[in-house]
Amino acid sequence: MAKKLLISLAFILSFNVTSALAAEHYIIDTKGMHAFVTFKVKHLGYSWLEGRFNKFSGEFDYDETAPANNKVNINIDISSLDSNHAERDKHLRGERFFDAKKFPTATFISTNWEDKGNGKAILHGQFTLRGVTQNISININQVGGGEDPWGGFRRGFEGSTTLHLSDYKMKESAILGPAAEDVQLWLSIEGIRQ
Amino acid sequence: MVDLTYYDAWYIIAPDLHRSFGILVLLLLALRLAWRLNTIHPEGIGKKWEQYVAIVVHRLFYILILTIIISGYLITTADGQAISVFGWFDVPATVYGFENQEDVAGEVHEVLTYILITLVVLHSLAALKHHFINHDATLRRMLRSK
Repeated sequence: MAKKLLISLAFILSFNVTSALAAEHYIIDTKGMHAFVTFKVKHLGYSWLEGRFNKFSGEFDYDETAPANNKVNINIDISSLDSNHAERDKHLRGERFFDAKKFPTATFISTNWEDKGNGKAILHGQFTLRGVTQNISININQVGGGEDPWGGFRRGFEGSTTLHLSDYKMKESAILGPAAEDVQLWLSIEGIRQ
Repeated sequence: MVDLTYYDAWYIIAPDLHRSFGILVLLLLALRLAWRLNTIHPEGIGKKWEQYVAIVVHRLFYILILTIIISGYLITTADGQAISVFGWFDVPATVYGFENQEDVAGEVHEVLTYILITLVVLHSLAALKHHFINHDATLRRMLRSK
């Protein structure tokens, strides 16, 4: 009995080791801040307003041979919203829009990596913002990857998608008008291989 | 003003005026303090504890007004932007970049302002009560020093 248990345990362990070898695990480099979560939305329909979230964390698995194993998780601190204008940031964090006190974190959890070859992919996943979860897809482009000068290994991607403001039930998003309905999200993610 | 929304005509103007008047109130407060410290003022009336409370509340008004103005200033300047006073001159940002500075300063600004409004209402009612019910000529005592 004990022997059987040991064998099955060894089997499970070896399985985990091989799968861990195949899929590389990366932590997004937010310590050195080689990662950015930025958004762009039209102001009155006349110009672009750009902002970013300064605090977030995340990790991803990357498997070159079996891209279906690729996984991405990101947590964004909503109160770190920064549009380079303190009064606007305060307003947006307030309960009329993001309600950051009640919903401090936005999360993205990938469900499916649709590989398009040549470092391109469509990443499907669940995005939760303001307590509302939506299925979104992000266009992914691998920017590059390789050894860094400090003995590590890094891999970087950019991702872009368009969110629809009305999906997230912000109290006053409708007041901003149809021009602000589409919010472009652009992410630049550099991971350090673990 | 807390009800203004993005497409209201007052959305830009009202906050501009609000900030400008805030700086003016700071100047008025400085004048008032200089006046208070350098001129005579009416002696207190009533029981000892009443006089004590009167002094505390008066000082509380100064502290509240000053703190409200400073916190308001810290909201607007939290990203380093200056405050334009009616377009006459700019008050530059001095301390900024603290984590969520505009949110913390905003809470202070809001809570203290409601406290101030409450105190002002009570204080005014008390003054009227003194003048008309206690007949101690409080409203006239404000204008003369006896």
